[in-house]
Formats: sequence, C-alpha cells, structure tokens
Amino acid sequence: MPSITREEVAHLARLARIELTDEELDHLAPQLDQIIGLVAQVSDVAADDIPPTSHALPITNVMRQDENRPCLTPEQALSGAPAAEEQRFRVPRILTEEA
Amino acid sequence: MSDLTRKTAVELADLMSSGETSSVEITQAHLDRIGAVDNAVHAFLHVDTEGALAQAAAVDAKRAAGDELGPLAGVPLALKDVLTQEGVPTTAGSKILEGWKPPYDSTVVQRLKAAGIVILGKTNMDEFAMGSSTENSAYGTTHNPWDLNRIPGGSGGGSSAALAAYEAPLAIGTDTGGSIRQPGAFTGTVGVKPTYGGTSRYGLIALASSLDTPGPCARTTLDAALLHEVIAGYDPMDSTSIDAPVPPVVAAARKGDVTGLRIGVVKELGGEGYQPGVEARFHEAVELLTKLGAEVVEVSCPHFQYALPAYYLILPSEASSNLAKFDGMRFGLRVGDDGVNDAEKVMSLTREAGFGDEVKRRIMLGTHALSSGYYDAYYGQAQKVRTLIARDFARAYEQVDVLVSPATPTTAFAIGDRIDDPIAMYKNDLCTIPSNLAGNAAASFPVGLADEDGLPVGFHVMAPVMRDDLLYQVGSALEAAQAEQWGGVLMSKVPELEVAR
Repeated sequence: MPSITREEVAHLARLARIELTDEELDHLAPQLDQIIGLVAQVSDVAADDIPPTSHALPITNVMRQDENRPCLTPEQALSGAPAAEEQRFRVPRILTEEA
Repeated sequence: MSDLTRKTAVELADLMSSGETSSVEITQAHLDRIGAVDNAVHAFLHVDTEGALAQAAAVDAKRAAGDELGPLAGVPLALKDVLTQEGVPTTAGSKILEGWKPPYDSTVVQRLKAAGIVILGKTNMDEFAMGSSTENSAYGTTHNPWDLNRIPGGSGGGSSAALAAYEAPLAIGTDTGGSIRQPGAFTGTVGVKPTYGGTSRYGLIALASSLDTPGPCARTTLDAALLHEVIAGYDPMDSTSIDAPVPPVVAAARKGDVTGLRIGVVKELGGEGYQPGVEARFHEAVELLTKLGAEVVEVSCPHFQYALPAYYLILPSEASSNLAKFDGMRFGLRVGDDGVNDAEKVMSLTREAGFGDEVKRRIMLGTHALSSGYYDAYYGQAQKVRTLIARDFARAYEQVDVLVSPATPTTAFAIGDRIDDPIAMYKNDLCTIPSNLAGNAAASFPVGLADEDGLPVGFHVMAPVMRDDLLYQVGSALEAAQAEQWGGVLMSKVPELEVAR
C-alpha cells in the first residue's frame, strides 16, 4: 500500500501553490511515495526522552543595536520586480469575485 | 601565457608580487581558457568579462601604488550562482530567477572583493542546490573534466568542474548535505565545509537555513585554507554566525604534520554499497597517515545510518518554507498575470513554470512533513535523530581528534544514470550528511584514482565544531606525502580537454 496517494500529492501541490498537470502527478506521486518510505525510518529511532535539535549550535536571540543604517533605495528594491507602479510592487488582484 | 591557468593561487600571488605578471594578465588567461573549454564543460552560467578585468586592473593599480594587499589579491575565482553579487545575474540554477540581478552583495562576495579577489563569473549548480549532479540545473548539466560523459557532482558541480578544467584556481561553494565535498571528490579537487556559522549566509539564497554553509574550493589544500581565511569570520548580518576567531586554518595547512594525531575510521561508512576502488584508495590513505605518525583506530557512530532519512525530512521542510518567497510578486518570473487570474493563481502558475521536478518534489515533501498529523512522526523525530547524531560525534571526539571516511560511496557516475531515481541520487551524500546535521567542520581531499574507472576518489575528514584547522592539517599532510609518491598532485593527471578555437 502506498504511504501517500495520488490525491494526497495533488492536495500537497495545492497547499504548496504549485500547479501540476496530470502527467506531472503521474510522475511525481510514485516518487514521493518512495521517498516517504525511506524517510519514515526515522519514526521509531529516537526514544521519547531525546530532546530535538533544531539547530547545530545553541545560539539564542541575537540582537543588533536599534540604530538607523543604510538600506536599499526604492529603485534598488523594485529593480527585480515583475511589475512595479508608483514605487510599489504591482500584484495581481488578491480577491476573486466570489469572495 | 596560457600556463598561468595551471598555477596554484599561491604561485599566482607570488608571480604578481614579484612583478612577473599582473592580475589583468592572469585574469585574461583564465577568461581565454573559459572561452576555449567551457563549451564542452559548461561550468559557468555567466562570465563577467568586463567586471573581472576591471577588478583585476584595480588590484594592479593598488599594487603599483604600493598599497598593502592580501595574500590572494588579484587571483581569479569562480563563484557559485547561489550567492548574490550586485548587478551580476544570479539564478541559483532556476528558471524562476532567470535574469535577476541582485541589488546587493552577499557577505562572502563583500569579503572576496575586499581581499582583491577577482570574480570571473557565476557557476552552474543544481536548482536551488537541490541535487548531487548539476542535472537539476535549469540551464543544462555541467560535464566532469575527467570524463565529459560523467557528472561533476553537485550541487556545486560548476565550481568543482571550473577548478578541474583550469578555468579558475579558486572557487566558492555552499554545502547543505555535501554540495562542496561531493563535487570535490568527483573532480579530484579540495572542498571544505567550514563549521556551520563559521561563514556567513547573508546573501546566500537559502535552501535549508539550519544546514547551509558557504566554503572554499581549490586544487590544493593551502589555496583552500587561504580562501577560507578570507571568507570566514563573524558577520552581524547572519544571526547564526559564530562570534569567535577564525580557526588557524592557514597555519595548519602550512604545518601539515599529523604526528600523534588521533584519527577514527567510522565503521558504519564503508562496506556494502561502496565501490571497491573507492575503498582501496581510502584505506591506502589511512595507511599513509599511520606511516606519517597518526594513531588510527576504528570508531562506531551507530546513528549515522539514520542521517539520510532525517536529512530528507529536515531539508525539504526548511526548503518548502524558504522557497515560499518565490511567489512571482517581488522578483523573478511571473506567469499568467492577465488581469483575470488572481494572485494565488498567478503564484501557482509561476511556480509550476519556474521550478523543476526536484524542487517540486522537495517542496511537496516538506509541506507533507510539516503538516498537522505528520509533524511529530516526521519532522519532530528527524530533529531527535539530529541529537543522536551529534551525540555520536561527541562520543567519538572523546577518543579521537578527527573522523575519516570515503567522501562518497562511488566515483562520478554517468550523466543520466540516476536522474529519475531520487533515492539512488540521495545516497551520494551518505558520508557527508552527518556533519551537516551536527554542524561540525568537514572536507574532502583527493587521494588518487579508482582502479576500475580511473576516476578521482575523495578522502573525507570530519573535525569538531570550530576545529576547521584539523581538516587542513590532515589534508596537507596527505597532499605532501602523495605528491612525493606520484611526483605531483593528483590534478596533474587530469586529461587534456580539447581546446576550441
């Protein structure tokens, strides 16, 4: 039995905001199933009393001085934008008509 | 002066300080070499001819004016296309960033420029550094100069191939699961992953933020150490940067003495699945180190076998979150903005068109691992395995100074061999991943050619956190002893590439 179904992969693609064609789903779903089979090995390795490590080194809350410093100009910040208008990023509409 | 491309960075620096040649001449020689062989190798995605010559002329002018210059001033370098350089196209090997010119320099680039190092251009890589062969680059595969039908390793295959093809004496890579060390092993070059936090991630297009580490690549150990010293050190722009002095890597590379050094051979990294020629060269190198005065013992790291599955949960989880910024709104590609589609649709269409298969696989895997109901079983458990691996290292370092293994289970494989088998591809990184999960320093050094295919074998050294100097100590001892045996470094055996006119 696969650990992840084609429908679940389609759902993940929607969550991750990636359109997938049927061919891509046919191709990627069995591969993801295989990979999940591999990674699932970890699920019974560590006992409950083992603390998780999120980061190799124990560094916490690094702060800098609260001082002004140079930053990008609006022109620089917008230089790679797919579309800009009035010194702002121009984006497609956010709301659909049904909303 | 085409032989300038055969020199080490140290030799080039000497030629410049003695006035025998200039940075402009050296830079031009490398640009000519790129022009002659890069059609066949495809190490570069972008060659910055004008910018490189301008940087070189600036260094020459400073030298003429009697300014004090760093030890690598005027030496050319190939930069992995995952680090930003102001005004120079940066793609991370992805269509989604095609044509993007960053408005700022990464910290690594700032430091290279400050040291007077000349940046020749940007090197090819697997898309967003996801891969072990450069076959996942949206811009075509890089070819291994040892055999053009083989991959050069990845993700930093462009940087390693540029070194092996004599297109540059120095290169920068980034290592998340082995992307500096595995290409180093596959091309007979030196690749070093510094301690996590020892080099800055500012301006590095993030793959997995808790693992990504920029590092030096070169054809010799001393060249790598000099480059390491240039790019390493505390950076307030990176919140995980270590605020401590850079380990004495150059001194260690110059010393190259392993007398009394305790070396542990990791029992679990060998045997089944390892190519005989790789194991043969590895064991010879261990013997050589014993002869040079090192004390060698076998050590066990029982949890290393779970490093690969843990890594393929942690990495995709972090990547799926980091790559959310590629939404078609602020930079890069935008698809389907027709006035009818809403932002969400445009984002989905952009990501479909802009990302390749491996990126899609890993984003979806990460989304799965982080979703409710699976989080504890997958991501939570992987983080616990990370603790177990760090404890294996800590126990081992109570007995020994460094650990060693082959850098990769096999030599470079043929282009196309593993492209549709993700798991076979992932197993390339069996030996390198544990050091990323634990954050310690590690490196691959060339130790000869495998008998069955005549391809380079890498020797992997793992040192404790912030003991990067020990890597260079072992690497340069090996390099010197082998040069004596072979009458030169391994790279002198690389086949001549056909030179295009």
